[in-house]
Amino acid sequence: MQFLKRSLLFVLILLIIAGCNNGEEGKGKIVDSTNKNQEELFVSAAASLTEAMDEITELYEANHDVKLTFNFAGSGKLAQQIQQGAPVDVFISANENWMDSLEDEGLIDTDTRKDIIGNKLVLIVAKDSEMDIDSFNEIDKAELDQIAIGNPESVPAGEYTETILKNIHKWDELEEKFVYAQDVRQVLTYVETGNTDIGFVYESDALSSDQVKILAEADPSMHDPIIYPGAVTSDSTRKEEGYAFLEFLLSESGQKTLNKYGFSK
Amino acid sequence: MDQINFFPLWLSLKTASISTVIVFLTGVFLSYLVSRKEFFGKSIIEAVFLLPLVLPPTVVGFGLLYIFGKNGMIGKILIDLFDFQIVFTWYGALIASIVVSFPLMYQSASAAFKQYDKNLENAALTMGKSRWIVFWTIAFPLAWPGLLAGLVLAFARGLGEFGATLMLAGYIPNVTETIPLAIYFAVESGKMEIAKFWVIIIVALGFFAILWLNWWSARNMMKHNR
Repeated sequence: MQFLKRSLLFVLILLIIAGCNNGEEGKGKIVDSTNKNQEELFVSAAASLTEAMDEITELYEANHDVKLTFNFAGSGKLAQQIQQGAPVDVFISANENWMDSLEDEGLIDTDTRKDIIGNKLVLIVAKDSEMDIDSFNEIDKAELDQIAIGNPESVPAGEYTETILKNIHKWDELEEKFVYAQDVRQVLTYVETGNTDIGFVYESDALSSDQVKILAEADPSMHDPIIYPGAVTSDSTRKEEGYAFLEFLLSESGQKTLNKYGFSK
Repeated sequence: MDQINFFPLWLSLKTASISTVIVFLTGVFLSYLVSRKEFFGKSIIEAVFLLPLVLPPTVVGFGLLYIFGKNGMIGKILIDLFDFQIVFTWYGALIASIVVSFPLMYQSASAAFKQYDKNLENAALTMGKSRWIVFWTIAFPLAWPGLLAGLVLAFARGLGEFGATLMLAGYIPNVTETIPLAIYFAVESGKMEIAKFWVIIIVALGFFAILWLNWWSARNMMKHNR
């Protein structure tokens, strides 16, 4: 009995430690890619780019004498870190607003700012769903119990969803069916588990899950373009290396890799 | 300042109160049962009861979504048999609140039932009183200060529950919007005035709950000493 109690205590402690680690991860995780002794470039990138950047890092480090270190989190958090003086060389935002505010405050080199890539807003359903529509216009209130969308006031994907649904005059009719999520990941979870019938996410998010399928793409003329801008920060001590990395992202192989993960221009 | 909608206050008070009642009854019953019996796997059961305390609330919420979701083990049965949906309703907030506050009640009650001399109960039992009578006349009154502390902790935890609630009940204004959800989304949306208002309310509620507990136990102790 004593032994059982001790080992349970041990498991509990492990769980507590695991719990703490989990909490830390949400604040932004740092990925070390190699241990080689090279010039190090610190990149703060939007969380949605995580998987694509893993592959790009491999490609880039094979051909350049630079070690890339990433800090992934929501664009807003990353921008705030830079405002507080975090030693970041390159910032890639999932949203133009955050880049604009850093530019207004003189925290990035305006000349280095580039539109790296874009994304598309898509309508998703669970993989085994029998729903059969192929445009946003065909969304039928009577067929749906609940709809997951990112909270339009804080989640950029939710904001684009609101714009397009208002433009096609569906918003008022569907509003009572909405469940608002704190991020796009939560929208995916609700659709994956079948708790909402449909959801609105970016194409890159939809492709990252094998539990959902894309039924329709939003008409890009119905909302502001979804753009991921990147720039070198004003305080960077490795501006040349930073700019070279942005150039690589815009090169053919950089763009091709991003396309593979659902990003597009 | 934008117009304040008081719905979150009523919903929070409703879920926290009902959850506290349920948690109090089950927590007292189970902890008394477990503290008075020795059986195989007792430590494992106790560890399971306390698990929600050490897991991050979002993980608890994820687990609850898998159990009570539309395709979850229990959720599916409830929908098929009774057409009763838990996910995205205030019942989701209630269940989240029950699950996260139960360990606090259980732990306080366990400690309370252990801290007095068990021979008091044994004496009554040998004189032919039933377990039921012994519980009400000896165990419950002696453990009451500890049980009350657990009750207040459970209420406060239920009132502040956020992570699991957001996952299971979702954020639907005027349906599942508790005070912590209202605060979170107000901050995210940059509506700091609304966020501040709810922060003051929830701090006041928590503060007075604890103040009342201290005042009550001080008075109670005096009665004991007399």
